[in-house]
Amino acid sequence: MSPRLRSYLRRHARSYAIGLLLGTASAVLLMLGPHVLRLAVDAIAAGASPFFLLRYAGALIGLNLAVWILRYYMRMHILGISRVIEYEIRNDYFAHLQRMHVGFFQHTRIGDLMTRAVSDLSTVQRFIGPGIMHFTSTVVMAVIAVGFMLTIDLTLTLYMLVILPLVSLTFVVLGPLIHGQYESVQEQFSVISAHAQENFSGIRVIKAFAQEPHEAEAFAAHNREYIRRNLAVIKTEGALWPLMSFFLGLAAVVLLWQGGQAVIAGRITLGQFVQFIGYLGQLSWPMVALGWVVNLMQRGLASMKRLDEIFLQHPRIVDAPDAQPLPAPRGEIEFRGLGFSYNGVPVLAGVDLRVPAGTTLAIVGPTGSGKTTLVSLIPRLFESTTGSVLVDGLDVRRYRMTDLRRCIGMVPQDTFMFSAPLSENIAYGLEAPEPDPVRVREAAELAHLAVDVAGFPNGYDTMVGERGVTLSGGQKQRAAIARAIARDPRILILDDALSSVDTSTEEEILRELRAISGTRTTIIISHRISTVRHADQIVVLDKGRIVQRGTHDTLLGAGGLYADLYQKQLLEEELEAADLDAPV
Amino acid sequence: MSTHFQEDEILGKAYDARLMRRLLRYLRPYRRAVTASIVLLLLAAAADLAGPYFVKVAIDHYIQVRDMGGVAVLSALYLGTVIVGAAVRYWQNYITQIVGQQVMYELRMEVFTHLQRLAVAFFAGNPVGRLMTRITNDVDTLYEMVTSGVVTVFGDVFLLVGVVAAMVWLDWRLALVAFSVVPALVALTSWFQARSRESYRAIRIRIARINAYLNENLMGMSIVQLFNRERANAARFDDLNRDHLTAHLEAVWSFALFYPAVGFLGAVATALLIWYGGGQVVQHAVTLGVLIAFIQYTERFFRPIQDLAEKYNILQAAMASSERIFRVLDEPVTVEDPSDPAPLPRVRGQIEFRNVWFAYPAIEPAGREDAGPPGEARSAPGRGEPPVPAGTDGWVLRGVSFAIRPGESVAFVGHTGAGKTSIINLITRFYDPQRGQVLVDGVDIRRYAQRDLRRHIGLVLQDVFLFSGTVASNIRLGNREISDDEIRRAAQFVNAHRFIEELPDRYATSVVERGATLSSGQRQLIAFARAISHNPEILLVLDEATSSVDTETELLIQEALQNVLRGRTSIIIAHRLSTIQNVDRILVLHKGRIVEEGTHRELLARGGIYTKLYQLQYRDQELRQTADMSGDRATDARSE
Repeated sequence: MSPRLRSYLRRHARSYAIGLLLGTASAVLLMLGPHVLRLAVDAIAAGASPFFLLRYAGALIGLNLAVWILRYYMRMHILGISRVIEYEIRNDYFAHLQRMHVGFFQHTRIGDLMTRAVSDLSTVQRFIGPGIMHFTSTVVMAVIAVGFMLTIDLTLTLYMLVILPLVSLTFVVLGPLIHGQYESVQEQFSVISAHAQENFSGIRVIKAFAQEPHEAEAFAAHNREYIRRNLAVIKTEGALWPLMSFFLGLAAVVLLWQGGQAVIAGRITLGQFVQFIGYLGQLSWPMVALGWVVNLMQRGLASMKRLDEIFLQHPRIVDAPDAQPLPAPRGEIEFRGLGFSYNGVPVLAGVDLRVPAGTTLAIVGPTGSGKTTLVSLIPRLFESTTGSVLVDGLDVRRYRMTDLRRCIGMVPQDTFMFSAPLSENIAYGLEAPEPDPVRVREAAELAHLAVDVAGFPNGYDTMVGERGVTLSGGQKQRAAIARAIARDPRILILDDALSSVDTSTEEEILRELRAISGTRTTIIISHRISTVRHADQIVVLDKGRIVQRGTHDTLLGAGGLYADLYQKQLLEEELEAADLDAPV
Repeated sequence: MSTHFQEDEILGKAYDARLMRRLLRYLRPYRRAVTASIVLLLLAAAADLAGPYFVKVAIDHYIQVRDMGGVAVLSALYLGTVIVGAAVRYWQNYITQIVGQQVMYELRMEVFTHLQRLAVAFFAGNPVGRLMTRITNDVDTLYEMVTSGVVTVFGDVFLLVGVVAAMVWLDWRLALVAFSVVPALVALTSWFQARSRESYRAIRIRIARINAYLNENLMGMSIVQLFNRERANAARFDDLNRDHLTAHLEAVWSFALFYPAVGFLGAVATALLIWYGGGQVVQHAVTLGVLIAFIQYTERFFRPIQDLAEKYNILQAAMASSERIFRVLDEPVTVEDPSDPAPLPRVRGQIEFRNVWFAYPAIEPAGREDAGPPGEARSAPGRGEPPVPAGTDGWVLRGVSFAIRPGESVAFVGHTGAGKTSIINLITRFYDPQRGQVLVDGVDIRRYAQRDLRRHIGLVLQDVFLFSGTVASNIRLGNREISDDEIRRAAQFVNAHRFIEELPDRYATSVVERGATLSSGQRQLIAFARAISHNPEILLVLDEATSSVDTETELLIQEALQNVLRGRTSIIIAHRLSTIQNVDRILVLHKGRIVEEGTHRELLARGGIYTKLYQLQYRDQELRQTADMSGDRATDARSE
């Protein structure tokens, strides 16, 4: 068993012990029931008075009342604790994921991580809850029943000992077989899903080439194969319950035949015969369940292994043991001999660059030139492969990560908003329990979002994100800017953060940011010349290297990528302005 | 996986007569199998009930009169019943599952073929993941409801009725005694059912919240970490997780109370039987065998009642699934074929746009829970023109008119958003225009059947879509009339043959992951081969000058393009300088209108919008051409 799971179980060992003890006690009492029945039947056969029978009726009720109470507490203990452990594991799992480096989420499918957090975890819960509970209570009941049976008649007991395990065995034998067939069904199910997905994604091609009938035919073929595979499962799985009920029936038949003859022979009383029938009745469901429980345990262990796979991955980007605080950052940034490779492919190489505190750096360059990677290295979302990034003269790896990130306001390309009120989204980085309305408003004003907010149904309380109102691209970007500047960061990074904002608004935002920045260091990535032209320093990245650096004027004079970009921008503006009613 | 978590969040009622009637229609062709299944179910219930009766007969007629042989004969009979019972159960299950599989197959095919008929606009508005859920998970949920839900409900009901009947038949007074606990049982069960329904719902909603939260925060993990939100988020997650725990603990509580309580009520019934029935036996009013049979029947009486309480959830999930499936099936086909389509055996290839105005329809997702009942809110577009989206500022084409002669090649150029792609979308009838007409060979294309029209059109899209299969099957698609030889010739014609021959299995090389192992240039060539092997009279090409294509492949593509254009009516949305230099005519689109037309040279001389576009889009290529290439092949091709 997984050491991790064992440690969770150990933490709640007391509850389990109590639960199992209660379960054992209830099993003992439950098994006394048939014994009382026997006494009653024998008394009836002997012609006892109803008043005399009342004591057996009372005993039966008393016993079962006790069982009710014991089982109630047993369930509350074991099942309740299994839910608590599920809760604990899920919390730990989430905490673990939050510590993982960003790169981890790029090569792990989110859907897969979620499946583990939800369905695998609930499989584990079924193991440590109902699995353990039913397993122990079945075993205890069987042992006690066999003990009682032995005191009555050895032969009959032996018959039962031979036949009843067959009930559980049916599942143990067929279970893996069904599992295998089921996997082949699942495989075909994936084929169907994949076909549907391909069809829906490529619907234009399919329609353009009039392929609908052929597609339907191919899809039908996959579905027929699916039915064919299902048939195998139906045949095997369909035998499961009939076989079990056959074995239970067989036990009853043998009991009737051998037990009946034993009564006639005078070896046992009629009451004892009924007692046997009683045990058979009490044991039949647990015997059926036992095979299922064994399966539950196997699957639970397999799922725990899948959870462990994630737990055993270590975060790559963590605080150094002697990490330093960064209480009053100035905001000076330096890249020194920086190189970065992703999966062995170089993305950045030999980047040397100093951004003095309080100045503005602009980065331009074609798609895929490494601009985003470069700025992600500052807050340590990724770690450089060679060389280093320094903030205030010290390698970023030497700082406490929370301190480092606190002084950075980043507006990434992908302006992700969470399903929460707008105010919470803007105050996202304030590390305060409640959003401070004044700061939220100031940040929104500065990002030119306040005007839009005035038009929202609930102002700053409007829900945004996936399940809230849909913000336009420009609104999202301005909200992301508000979120970053609400922190009042020493370092502000705008990664293509104004591309969906119209140029005049953009210029206003930038002007205001410049006006209040004072000592703020700003890095702007953009494709628009208008965005970068006022920067103190402009670098042009191409294929991971700095190919040009200077100011707007010097770069224009130098020609090359930057000047080219500028030319195109002018052309675009002219086209945009071209008169619609130009003569045809 | 992750896309449909939220959709499943809301569950409606467990029984909806309208949905049920519609579902039952699918069972109609299998009436006989369903009847057989029900009969077998009845037999199985009877076999289930035989055991206690055999015990009764054994005690009363044989054991108490010491008839050894009688016990043996009776046991043999009992064994027969057990065997028959098992066989009946097996066949009943088999028949039911087969019917279920068939219905599932039909439903899935119905959804699939209906989706094939829906317009491209529908797919633009509905994420692929959601449509897949309809066709996979939802159909399976329904299957489960039919086979395990409905059938076991019937089985339980039969068993219950059978037990009651058997008891009343054996001794009605004892039956009354045994039934005396029924009111308590019913009260207990309905209490439990109400509680478990509530906690089931609460658990579903809370797990959906956990899912949504996880999904969102895992996706936005870089933001979470950048803004130091780990601790706050852990607290928030703990809240959600704890809510979920609480809901579960409440469920555990009601289960812990209910299950042992049912056992207790059973014991009460048994105790009453011993006290009252025992007295009756002593007074010889009832035989001992009957009493013992009663005690056993009482046990069997309780199980189906418990079972029935649990079936509610399955029904509920199935109703929700069927509602979603039907909503897709009810999605109207917006681009329809005419009732008496004009025949189109052969196409000359004349294309004309007459004052075409077009705007993309507003996206309305289908099959979502919040979309209201099907067929109600949606305004069914009649046979006339599609509705114009509110606020006609969304016009992509504004009164476009042009005519293309058979065999002529025409390039459309324009800035992003000028409406170039829409031209192709309209000729293929992926969309219908709001105003004006599109004509092929002088007939409005709405008068042709879509498949007839498209059979004559070859389409090469910008991002080439490759299906899983082989290279050959990607060229041929489903068209079996295209021989291997024709595939080869088509590939040769478009310069694809050489690289295909170098693939591990040549034309039989399997295409994996949408052709990720092929370069974008190679994919483009395959797309040309695909279009040309179908021998279309009209060719529509969205070409792309990808920077990732190496110089040599680029030359092959340019050559291939010139080959396929020759002698065919062609419309090209051009991104290649070589293309625009080679077509018969260039139409310049700007903001939804045609503003200039002529040949490359004429237009350049004019110094209008085309000149600016040329500088923006094509001049780099010219620079690259002169810099990178020897120029020989390019000039050769041009002089042809």
